[in-house]
Amino acid sequence: MTRTRLFRSRSFEEKEEEEEQQQHYSKHNITTSTGMRVIVPLQGVVQGRGGLFLGSVIPCALFYFFQLYLKRHRSEPKSPPPQPPPENSEGQLAEVSVSVLPRSLSRVHISPRSPGGPAYVSGRANSIVKGGDSPHDVGLRKALEDPYHQSGNPDGVIQLGLAENKLSLDLVGEWLAKNAIFGEELSIGGIASYQPFDGLMELKVAVAGFMSQVMKKSVFFNPSQIILTAGANPAIEMLSFCLADTGNAFLVPTPYYPCSDRDVKWRTGVEIIPVPCRSADNFRLSITALDRAFNQAKKRGTKVRGIIISNPSNPVGSLLDRETLYSLLDFAREKNIHIVSNELFAGSTHGNEEFVSMAEIIDLEDLDRNRVHIVYGLSKDLSLPGFRVGIIYSFNDNVLAAAKKLTRFSSISALSQRLLVFMLSDSNFIQQFIEINRERLRRMYIKFVAGLKQLGIECIKSHGGFYCWADMRGYIPSYSEKGELELWDKLLNIAKVNVTPGSCCHCIEPGWFRFCFTTLTEKDIPVVMDRIRKITETCKSHS
Amino acid sequence: MALSKNQQLLSKIATNDRHGENSPYFDGWKAYDKNPYHPIDNCEGVIQMGLAENQLCFDLIQKWIRRNPKASICTAEGVHEFKNIAIFQDYNGFKEFRQAVANFMGKARGGRVTYDPNRIVMSGGATGANETVMFCLANPGDAFLVPSPCYPAFDRDCGWRTGVQLIPVNCDSSNNFLITKAALEAAYERAQQDHINVKGLIIANPSNPLGTVLDRDTLRSLVSFINEKKIHLVSDEIYAASVFSTPSFVSVSEIIEEMECDRDLIHIVYSLSKDMGLPGFRVGIVYSYNDAVVNCGRKMSSFGLVSSQTQHLLASMLSDDEFVDNFLKENSKRLAKRHSMFTKGLEKVGIACLKSSAGLFVWMDLRRLLKEQTLESEMNLWRVIINEVKLNVSPGSSFHCSEPGWFRVCFANMDDDTVEVALERIRVFVEKQQVKSKRKFQNNLNLKLSCTPRRYDESVMSPHMMSPRSPLVRART
Repeated sequence: MTRTRLFRSRSFEEKEEEEEQQQHYSKHNITTSTGMRVIVPLQGVVQGRGGLFLGSVIPCALFYFFQLYLKRHRSEPKSPPPQPPPENSEGQLAEVSVSVLPRSLSRVHISPRSPGGPAYVSGRANSIVKGGDSPHDVGLRKALEDPYHQSGNPDGVIQLGLAENKLSLDLVGEWLAKNAIFGEELSIGGIASYQPFDGLMELKVAVAGFMSQVMKKSVFFNPSQIILTAGANPAIEMLSFCLADTGNAFLVPTPYYPCSDRDVKWRTGVEIIPVPCRSADNFRLSITALDRAFNQAKKRGTKVRGIIISNPSNPVGSLLDRETLYSLLDFAREKNIHIVSNELFAGSTHGNEEFVSMAEIIDLEDLDRNRVHIVYGLSKDLSLPGFRVGIIYSFNDNVLAAAKKLTRFSSISALSQRLLVFMLSDSNFIQQFIEINRERLRRMYIKFVAGLKQLGIECIKSHGGFYCWADMRGYIPSYSEKGELELWDKLLNIAKVNVTPGSCCHCIEPGWFRFCFTTLTEKDIPVVMDRIRKITETCKSHS
Repeated sequence: MALSKNQQLLSKIATNDRHGENSPYFDGWKAYDKNPYHPIDNCEGVIQMGLAENQLCFDLIQKWIRRNPKASICTAEGVHEFKNIAIFQDYNGFKEFRQAVANFMGKARGGRVTYDPNRIVMSGGATGANETVMFCLANPGDAFLVPSPCYPAFDRDCGWRTGVQLIPVNCDSSNNFLITKAALEAAYERAQQDHINVKGLIIANPSNPLGTVLDRDTLRSLVSFINEKKIHLVSDEIYAASVFSTPSFVSVSEIIEEMECDRDLIHIVYSLSKDMGLPGFRVGIVYSYNDAVVNCGRKMSSFGLVSSQTQHLLASMLSDDEFVDNFLKENSKRLAKRHSMFTKGLEKVGIACLKSSAGLFVWMDLRRLLKEQTLESEMNLWRVIINEVKLNVSPGSSFHCSEPGWFRVCFANMDDDTVEVALERIRVFVEKQQVKSKRKFQNNLNLKLSCTPRRYDESVMSPHMMSPRSPLVRART
């Protein structure tokens, strides 16, 4: 059984490898492709001079061994992949290495009795060991190790790579201070014992109310359609497990949030098929592109199970309008696939454009509800990523039933649930928080984008999220991912500013960067701009 | 079962049965949920004796929390920490939290081992920890050996999403359910012949459902077995501090200090759900001696991080040495008292349990109450216990026990009065069985003389004697 599975995954991955540039070919592959290359010259030689043996077999044999030699010689430097090709994000690395390792592991090490050999771990674990870190990880780590502080560490790394909102934490802190609730109300007996794994009903009710408030009461959310999870990451992973089998795929418009690779693909074995969006369209999703990607997948024999969109988008910050949402639904219905709408930043909109939730579209037209699922959480809109609260909101009872069982692996701590029930039930506070937070976001966004504009850096007009999507094509040494990463490196190590390069987000055009501005105060903006200026002044593109 | 059109839109994982919730283990819980016992409001209800939860020491924890308001962010004294805590989502976890957990783990082993905080990896409860370890060690299709009887949900935790299969290694009462090297070797060889790639052995020590601890010699032989075969050893030690008598608990961490072993093969699963009675906090821990597993596990912990608020509270609590020492001692004492009360009560009606020194349950021997030594007989008896005696106990078959007639009964999730009620119900039930047996014996004597209808065949319950609400009337096993 193990062998059959690996064989199936091998043939699937073979098709992927044809598209990748540098791959390590297993013996199996060498035989197949060499086989093809032996047959063609064979025909020619057999028709040529010389007896059957001299004329055909010997040259062919020589040819064969020559090709084998070339193949082996060429493939050696590629195995194992020690230096990750810089254009791969962590997720793609996992994919690349996983496609390499199970094959070699199974073929060479089926019997674990090799004397003195190392203890073998799984393909997933090995991919982490050999994969190395993506720029996204490297930047985050550097910012952690040497964090900027205005007075304490003015030369530290300024963190613009983490979509975290520190602008309104003080409001929540004040609320807590005013409502010191731990005392009698939180008697440990009530919260220490086993609770329903998909969340307390009181919290589901409170969350449903919060979601409705965040979306300006345009939708009513039904608490019994809510599954609570320990963060949005497991929510996405659970949906991936529920809606797709290993080897199936989701269509995801690019650029997309780097960690989606881990959440959707890593442990599930499900693929992401990127659907490129271009700057010419302001990175808007086109149904044509979706259709094209779907058909290409079909030709390759990959079954597409759904589309995953983020709205507001991460990293671009744009909102999907009603028309697009309707078209997406039509597309999903036509192809009989799911739609997962990641609306994590629904409450963090700061522009004038209206946010429309997928739930609203479903509400208005009682369409094929069973294919729509919404992911939400409190990490962004309530600035509480530490408490680990994610939400799956689905109209499909079977998905809810399956996801409920999966929350066994990923439940919210009862301690935090109780606290949040109190907080979210204070609708006056929540209303105030949402409004003030939006206002502070808007102010910060305007100042930051203006600052970038003064440096000659334009951003895509965004209406939500904690970041802006900046066009730095004029500053990269070469119009390629390599060039983009060189600029990223300078920004991180010379200017000491951590930003997220577009390649980590699978952006098809090099030169775009995501800058998060919500971990800053207004005083920090000039400091940031100064540092960036140092690089942009020396980096004007020569192309 | 044909999938509806709706279900066909879902994955295999979402529609298969490996979540295990259709097994009898959960049927009993469903019966309890429909008719839960309450001393005042529903004294005829089903008493929950199928949930291994420790409710004996809440008061100690509550007292500590009240005395240490700084540890909570919801108090005036602690709220200033809120900002840092709310924003913290680093999958490494708070350093203080890891240190405190390492400290607690060491104390639970009597200080005989120390644990490195940098090897502590968080997960969503012990459930999440077992799954994470499997994801890190095995590929889909690989297998792990597991001595049975074992925790029913291992199948789900270790295999549902990971694709790993569990191969039971049967242990029986002939040697008090000890794991023998011979049994392990046999299971391993059989797997090799079937071309199944065995990646490791997973044990629960102290054992669930047996409540026994593994002695040093057995542990040593297990370690040498996995070392020799170059397979992994996962030791689920979630009941390490729930030991109330001798023999005392020996951790695999102690064994590897005493003998030659490839440490990359050793992994421990831990949790605070049982030993501290805090299952609601969802604190699962993977402790591995293998760097690749720690590395990979850390990244996977994003799928089940412990809430930063909880980390902060526990970091304070578990680094309070005085509190921890007292808690561990008091917990053992209370468990011992409860265990003794329960087993003595059972002895009075002639029911024996496997001698155990740990855990929140006993492994009850009801073989002599079975009509036949078969699985069906066990299930029939179990239905009687749920429906007539109104106790939710867990039948041995749901633990993959090869010998029928054993039942796991939890005793730590209720107060003393409820224990008395449960014991009384058992006493009444056993006495009724004895009366029935006597009558049956007398009837058998008279059988030659008259044709007596089979009115007293207690192993067959006609539907009208079962509560009409019971799902077990419809349950198929």
